Amino acid sequence: MFGLTIEQIAFIFRGAGWTIVLSLLGFVGGTILGLPVALARASRRRSLRTGSGLFVQLVQGIPLPVIMFVVYFGISIGGYDVPALVAAGIAMTLYSSAYLGEIWRGCIQAVPKTQWEAGECLALTNTQRFVFVILPQALRIAVPPTVGFLVQIVKNTSYAVVIGFFDLTYSAKVINNSTFMPFTVFTLAALIYFAICFPMSVLARRFERRLSRS
Amino acid sequence: MRGCALSYEFDFSFLNDYLPELWHGIWLTLGMTVVSIVPGFALGTGCAVGRLYGPPWVQRLVTIYVEGIRNTPLIIQVFWLFFGLAVLQVRVGPFPAAVIALVINVGAYTAEIMRAGLQSIPKGQLEAAACLALKPSQSLWSVQIPQAVERVYPALVSQFVLMMLATSIMSQISAEELTGVAYMIQSFTFRGFEVYLVIAGIYLVMSCLLRLTLLGVAQVSFPRRRRLGTPL
Amino acid sequence: MNIAASPQRATEIQNMTRSDTPLVRFQGVRKSFGELEVLKGIDLEVKSGEVVALIGRSGSGKSTALRCVNGLERINAGELTVCGRTLHDGKVDLRDLRQDVGIVFQSYNLFPHLTVEQNVTLAPRKVHRIGAKEARELSDQVLAQVGLSDKAKNYPEQLSGGQQQRVAIARSLAMRPKLILFDEVTSALDPELTGEVLRVIAKLAAEGMTMMLVTHEMAFARSVADQIVFMHQGRIWESGKGDMLEDPQTPELRQFVGNGL
Ligand SMILES: Nc1ncnc2c1ncn2[C@@H]1O[C@H](COP(=O)(O)OP(=O)(O)OP(=O)(O)O)[C@@H](O)[C@H]1O
Ligand SMILES: [Mg+2]
Repeated sequence: MFGLTIEQIAFIFRGAGWTIVLSLLGFVGGTILGLPVALARASRRRSLRTGSGLFVQLVQGIPLPVIMFVVYFGISIGGYDVPALVAAGIAMTLYSSAYLGEIWRGCIQAVPKTQWEAGECLALTNTQRFVFVILPQALRIAVPPTVGFLVQIVKNTSYAVVIGFFDLTYSAKVINNSTFMPFTVFTLAALIYFAICFPMSVLARRFERRLSRS
Repeated sequence: MRGCALSYEFDFSFLNDYLPELWHGIWLTLGMTVVSIVPGFALGTGCAVGRLYGPPWVQRLVTIYVEGIRNTPLIIQVFWLFFGLAVLQVRVGPFPAAVIALVINVGAYTAEIMRAGLQSIPKGQLEAAACLALKPSQSLWSVQIPQAVERVYPALVSQFVLMMLATSIMSQISAEELTGVAYMIQSFTFRGFEVYLVIAGIYLVMSCLLRLTLLGVAQVSFPRRRRLGTPL
Repeated sequence: MNIAASPQRATEIQNMTRSDTPLVRFQGVRKSFGELEVLKGIDLEVKSGEVVALIGRSGSGKSTALRCVNGLERINAGELTVCGRTLHDGKVDLRDLRQDVGIVFQSYNLFPHLTVEQNVTLAPRKVHRIGAKEARELSDQVLAQVGLSDKAKNYPEQLSGGQQQRVAIARSLAMRPKLILFDEVTSALDPELTGEVLRVIAKLAAEGMTMMLVTHEMAFARSVADQIVFMHQGRIWESGKGDMLEDPQTPELRQFVGNGL
């Protein structure tokens, strides 16, 4: 097909599978670490705000490939041989948590102040107020940008190619090296990425429009 | 060799030995970034205008371009361009290839940002311009684009910083930018962790500098802001 | 409130400059937005040097009528001639028309990124292609006309609403129009600032500028306008000289004046 054998195409799709695996890792890890980051960023304690702010600035000021390398070599100085998936997963977690934390902070703070005060009148504790009053509203606001960021995660897993992680980009590169058909191979890879990302972009936009209408 | 991280001895001596290479990498990274910003911005603005006011076929074309770029990774675009040109027997060095890819890439993101900026301008501004007998092109150039840029400037700055960070994959097409230099150094010294820690620090400084520079540009280009002291 | 600078002088100038061919002529003009017919056959003439005030309730079609004059709205039927150009045949060059017809909006619509001087000279520089020196002189002159000579280097946000509206008037004047349209230009202003803008308009009237203005300021309309047009439900319900407000012929105008004064 298009000058590629079935095996070669299957190879590329196997890479695509790993791209999805790494994306999920990055999203799940990013959510687990990103929530506390968001809470700390929106916290009333100054030290928490500064600390989490520094973390966010740090991650957002360093290229993801460099983060991948730091994690990769950082783990291996302990003498452990890590699979690239683990290093890439940790790097994606750090990366996503910084961005998601910042996105969600915005969502928490977008909930009007009066809502906090309303919670106060109901004699709820701080935690109760947050969980029952603020969080549900923040979640609603958070859906469109979070789905939008999923697209960034999927695209940016491609940077794991620098530490030799076998994903869609890596497999495409391998096939190109053996076939010398860059247009065919990379167009195919691009189409697969597009097929994953575009629906999410559309979804994010649709959510956003629905939110802004209500 | 098994050991625990605490007993690991850090060794930053490569800093001395490879200083010229590091500088070279820094310059190449900055060069790629700076060279790509203006054409990328121009391309994006042109596309935003085309998508908003162009004939249907232009609108469709721009939409395909913008969505295509924004929903695929930069690396794939770079590979497509670089290896594709090689197969076509077009001789392009890694640096120009990297710049072309960056311009095309950042152009798509800028197009979306500028489109939002242009759309956020109140209708009354366009009406006023038209009622003063300005041509649509004059209205765009003197009224709409300057206001749009002012409105979305923070988003543009973020986008250009992201673009600088993204140059770090250009070593994949053997452009010897900073990350590429780092890879070379670690392969000689086996000090990968230290090397990339240092590199990370350098990128941090560069992103701060780029941000500050672009904000400085704003101070000069938007005198209204400077006089009123409103932060962007 | 005596706003007109010198009524006698105003009439003299108007008599001098007034010629017989009207600058604006509506003949059976109709305009609809979709199903909604907003202008249901308007007949109106504005002679050179004349000041016409359009009054009427909200939604009666005053703004729409005004906006037809400089082509912001296309008419659906009837004939509309402005400054010797026919607007109903669809072939009119709007840019050419708008060099002769200025408009001032309720919301000023100044360009916030430009200084007062740049706001005023943008169109003359781009459209009339005047040079930098000439532009400066022009700016000095029109800003003096609206009493804002000292604000040339300021940005719109640094001015009060009344000052911004006067800049908007100066911006129109800088194109040397034959006719200026004013659409409720004082509605966004508090009474004090309203006065300063109305004084500028009255002065222009006295100097012989042809104007059509939509206004809610009845006292002003009576003192400055040569002709008052009361619009109701898309029609000209009543029109006449300033004193027609004292003696309304229709219950609608009587009620309107009762509420307005
Ligand atoms: N662009 C438009 N599209 C649809 N309907 C419109 C449009 N512009 C005006 N209308 C309608 O036309 C009618 C007349 O509007 P117009 O603005 O001319 O009234 P007006 O007399 O100026 O009122 P006001 O004193 O409130 O400014 C209104 O019912 C308005 O809703
Ligand atoms: Mg109106």
